[in-house]
Amino acid sequence: MRAKFTTFSRIIRTGMVNFVRNMWLAIAAMAIMIVTLTIILFSVIVNATFSNTVQQITNKIDVSVYLKDSVTPAQSQSLVGQLKSLPAVQHVRYLSKEDALKQYEAQNVGNTQLLQAINETDNPLPATIKIKPRTLNDIDQIRAFIEKPDTAKLQSDPASDSGDRREAIAKITHATNILRRVGAGAVVVFAVISVLIIFNTIQMAIFNRRDELQIMRLLGASTSYIRGPFVVETIIYGIFSAIISVLIINAVFVTASSSLQATSFGLLDISYSQSFFENRYWELLLIQLALGIFIGAASSIIATRRYLKFKTPKR
Amino acid sequence: MYYQPVWRLAKHIVIIVLMILLDRVTKTYNKNLGPALDRVSLHVEPKEFVIIVGQSGAGKSTLLKLLTREERPTSGKIIVGGIDYDKLRDRDIPLLRRKIGVVFQDFKLLPNRTVFENVAFALEIVGVSTKEINNTVPKVLDIVNLKGKEKRMPMELSGGERQRVAIARAIVRQPKVLIADEPTGNLDPKHAWDVIKVLEKINKYGTTVLLTTHNQEVVNRLRRRVVTIDHGRIASDKARANYTSATIAVDIAAAKK
Ligand SMILES: Nc1ncnc2c1ncn2[C@@H]1O[C@H](COP(=O)(O)OP(=O)(O)OP(=O)(O)O)[C@@H](O)[C@H]1O
Ligand SMILES: [Mg+2]
Repeated sequence: MRAKFTTFSRIIRTGMVNFVRNMWLAIAAMAIMIVTLTIILFSVIVNATFSNTVQQITNKIDVSVYLKDSVTPAQSQSLVGQLKSLPAVQHVRYLSKEDALKQYEAQNVGNTQLLQAINETDNPLPATIKIKPRTLNDIDQIRAFIEKPDTAKLQSDPASDSGDRREAIAKITHATNILRRVGAGAVVVFAVISVLIIFNTIQMAIFNRRDELQIMRLLGASTSYIRGPFVVETIIYGIFSAIISVLIINAVFVTASSSLQATSFGLLDISYSQSFFENRYWELLLIQLALGIFIGAASSIIATRRYLKFKTPKR
Repeated sequence: MYYQPVWRLAKHIVIIVLMILLDRVTKTYNKNLGPALDRVSLHVEPKEFVIIVGQSGAGKSTLLKLLTREERPTSGKIIVGGIDYDKLRDRDIPLLRRKIGVVFQDFKLLPNRTVFENVAFALEIVGVSTKEINNTVPKVLDIVNLKGKEKRMPMELSGGERQRVAIARAIVRQPKVLIADEPTGNLDPKHAWDVIKVLEKINKYGTTVLLTTHNQEVVNRLRRRVVTIDHGRIASDKARANYTSATIAVDIAAAKK
């Protein structure tokens, strides 16, 4: 137990000493790791922002069905029930004639003349069913259902939907999807490059010390004792890189947000990005740390493997 | 059929009585060149001091490397200090090596560490506490007459001094077996003798010593058991031998007959 603790603290200490001794190597490896982690974090935030934008736009789409005054409550109830059971439907809201009037009044609060005119007549507004589709393309299915003769005969006017905005919405969705894919590609490419460069850096460090490793092996050092300091060293790279990448992102989204807004052609909802980042600050930092530690440890474990084999092959 | 149980019984006795047992050990590096060691059998008792001689390329280093598991035999049995190498797993090799002290012909000292650190290194890797290291290392450096040179770097030492650092590192863990591959390799007679005296001292404390050498004067002055290897075979094995190149030649000639 004592011996194990002594060995463990020696491994940690040797790793730290090596980190300081190989400062230039460390800086080179960390630079690449910082770039990688920053890009990953940036794409995570941009991705979240884009999906939020698309979500918000989609939320504004709905289909309104206007019912004849002669429709009985039982009929309207059953229609609502049928709509709710459609897979394309996310949400259904029923507005009675009175509800529709209240909503109309609320929407036109400033226009006293109009309100007066309406109040003088008998409520002219039809009872309305508002349907929210799950996605943009679900509108077609909902329309098909509404236009079936059974349903159509209950309606006072043809149903309206946000179809006119549909093309614009589709364009935005398409653009964000492309950006997301490019982002994901960049993340993968940079992660691979990063691992390769870190891997090579460590291999170089090991190559410089291969005699020492061989001597350690011959004197009976265990695999973990030889490998440990390298793993510690690269985990330190990971920790520093993760923290720095979060600081960089912090600078980008919090300090330099206005210039970012300008360069993203308004596609990026910076205020959402900011709040996303700020709300999940510790969570994101933790994920970055885990990622950095993983990349560091994995590359040093792989890089040391070749030098730790018990040389001669089995007979 | 009766051989098996007899062998098993014998093995247990052997483990108790012998420190090193090689039974018809053959090592072939390259099938086209023939074996470097050919059916070598050797028994070494605890606390024995054995000198291995033979011409260059005879197979002396190969024999020692088999004992430290740097190389594996093509066939044959090896048991050292009760450890049967056939049953040794890769991950237990470090444990084996901790039990055997090795003085390498090329020293294998760490050039960027001091004398003290080089010796301490052998203890560090097995988890000995710093306090104990600070206590043990000076004693061992005293045994090899390197007192006062603790802070020197290997580059600042003479060949003989470096060799003694290597010996200090090999004995600091108090191994049961010490293997020294030509520790007097490139030393002048005086320094060679310094090194040999240290080996004798350690042997007196109870460590089994295996030493290979080309140096006839060393062999003659030690007057210990001498095993001659020729072309991978044991040509002679004599207690308290006195050797000259002529006697070695005679032994080899006799073995060939
Ligand atoms: N790793 C290896 N691969 C192939 N052949 C080898 C290897 N090591 C040794 N040999 C061969 O095995 C034979 C015995 O070599 P070994 O090193 O045991 O000789 P030695 O008795 O120690 O010689 P020296 O006195 O010169 O050190 C030699 O013919 C050598 O060429
Ligand atoms: Mg040799």
